[in-house]
Amino acid sequence: MMQLNKMSPEEKQKQKQNMMVMITLGLLIAIAFVTSMNTGFIRLSPLDTLRTLFGGGTAKEELILFDFRLPRIVISILIGAGLAVSGCVMQGMSRNALADPGILGINAGAGLVVLMFVAFYPSTGAAPVFMLPVLAWIGAGLTAALIFSLSYKRHRGLMPTRLLLTGVAVAAGISAATIVLTLRISPDKYQFVATWMAGSIWGTNWKFVLALLPFIAILLPFVFYKARTMNVLNLGETTATGLGARVSREQIILLAAAVGLAGSCVAVSGGIGFVGLIGPHVARRLVGPKHQALLPASALVGSLMVIVADMLGRLILQPSEIPAGIIVAIIGAPYFLYLLARSRA
Amino acid sequence: MSLSKIEVNLTKRDSEVKTIALSSRPWAATLILVGGMIALIFGIALSVSFGAADIKFMTVWSAVFHYNPDLTQHQIIQELRLPRVLGGAMVGVCFAVAGAIMQGMTRNPLADSGLLGLNAGAGFALALCFAFFPGLPFMFLILFSFLGAGLGASLVFGIGSMARGGLTPLRLVLAGAALSALLSALSEGIALYFRIGQDLAFWYAGGVAGTSWLQLKIMFPWVAAAVAGAIMLSRSITMLSLGDEVAKGLGLRSGPVKLAGTLIVLILAGAAVSVVGAVGFVGLIIPHLTRKLVGVDYRWIIPCSAILGALLVVFADLAARMVNPPYETPLGALIALIGVPFFLYISRKEGREL
Repeated sequence: MMQLNKMSPEEKQKQKQNMMVMITLGLLIAIAFVTSMNTGFIRLSPLDTLRTLFGGGTAKEELILFDFRLPRIVISILIGAGLAVSGCVMQGMSRNALADPGILGINAGAGLVVLMFVAFYPSTGAAPVFMLPVLAWIGAGLTAALIFSLSYKRHRGLMPTRLLLTGVAVAAGISAATIVLTLRISPDKYQFVATWMAGSIWGTNWKFVLALLPFIAILLPFVFYKARTMNVLNLGETTATGLGARVSREQIILLAAAVGLAGSCVAVSGGIGFVGLIGPHVARRLVGPKHQALLPASALVGSLMVIVADMLGRLILQPSEIPAGIIVAIIGAPYFLYLLARSRA
Repeated sequence: MSLSKIEVNLTKRDSEVKTIALSSRPWAATLILVGGMIALIFGIALSVSFGAADIKFMTVWSAVFHYNPDLTQHQIIQELRLPRVLGGAMVGVCFAVAGAIMQGMTRNPLADSGLLGLNAGAGFALALCFAFFPGLPFMFLILFSFLGAGLGASLVFGIGSMARGGLTPLRLVLAGAALSALLSALSEGIALYFRIGQDLAFWYAGGVAGTSWLQLKIMFPWVAAAVAGAIMLSRSITMLSLGDEVAKGLGLRSGPVKLAGTLIVLILAGAAVSVVGAVGFVGLIIPHLTRKLVGVDYRWIIPCSAILGALLVVFADLAARMVNPPYETPLGALIALIGVPFFLYISRKEGREL
């Protein structure tokens, strides 16, 4: 382990480079943040936005920014980071570049439980908001347990390809159940549910930020802290055991964290897929495969993607909105297909 | 590959052909064709007489053969139930035969029009139709549905075979899943923007409830021609199912056969999707089941699949109405309930090396 800690000049160089990448991503997010603040039915100039942010705006400007746009953007950032890191962990743990909470059906499982709740709960008052992440957790956890246990082989661990096949099938089953449920609910709830399932950032409310924040704030640092373990696990099970890692225990803990992240994000955002796939891939191109840099970079790329997608969704067909999930899927699915076409048998 | 090796391979394949002759079971197939037909007629009769308004078998009989437009019950049967049940049977035939051809031609145990993006493609085309040309006659809907299915299929197969190492079952399924996600995202976007969500949702759920005589009339010649074509092709498909090289060794020109087969699959899937919506898994389950029962000769597999597919959809539709009356459970969801475990079973069994 000592040798791993010492850094050669090239590694120092690499680290510097990575810092630059992160700073650039951070700046891009800041730009997207301000631009997104200006985008919408009522336009505000960048100067007005900044002035209002620092407390010098009119009451109307403050209402628009602080009560409508800001929570929405904060949620986009949190969701993007959560989903991308979740995807990064899943790709690392299953050693499968195509793993993603959306493809594996975990988002669908979380969505189904939330949907059941929304459908049978009389109104969407104050209490349910804080219930949503918990419910989504239950759904995501059950689905993940099902998929992982079906694709687990004794002595050989998780089978990467079987994981994907099982995930696709389970996702198909869950969406069938979801459709049954959507047809059952009353027409006035239907529009809400349809928009939610398409992946709209619907929780434009500080309550949702509060409901989501604790999970992200605990799980993200925890996963970052485990970055070194993930590097070791990536070397393969035998090597990792040789290096003294308790493989299956660490695997389960990390996967549980990933599932938790995906679940709580889905509760607020609905079915945004492909962020967990593309975020880590772009990040890997930028900073390389070491998880110390890869995880935060994935989070930043994911946040950037969701902010931009949400903004485009509001911009393209004004005054109606396209859910961010649809935009992400339109960009993400071709990218997935591209990765698939390049992959080896 | 050296010459002697090829010879060895060829003799091995000759024996494979012999084993096929041995392992096909014509008597089982005949039994399925006859028994299936009887069961199908029984199922259709049951399905017509069962519903929100219970109607006696005798009334069904007279409604069909001595139709009297003044009686409400006769009208229900003639205008609502009969087209629905016949539509279900026809759709079952389409999906099952399309699945059988795809599984045979691609040697891919997981081939199914739902999994491979055909249904999503047809759905996308229909969403475009609903949005931009509301009230388009059904004739054109079917045509667009073919085009959409063709688009979905060619994208999935194209992308799948672009990869190094060629078209593996896993790749096809993944490409199908991603493409379906893309196309349904686009359809959803269109639906939300044009506020046709409810129409599309019912359509996506899959169901034969709205089938009309007109639809059946337009659909029937296509389906009949496609199934006849499939049966004519069945000998070549059997050879293809042994692998391209064997087929070549047996003197088959695989290009034209594959082209004709693909065309038939597109017609069948497109026609079925335009009537029933996104019902998956029929084309996965039925051909596997049939192969288990009648052996590996596609001359038997295709007709038997057709009968069994029709049976599955007719009874699933009946069940969909019985689960929670007077509401209807979507047919697609009900079949997925059987289909998903079946898919998992197949992918585990066939994919041991995966």
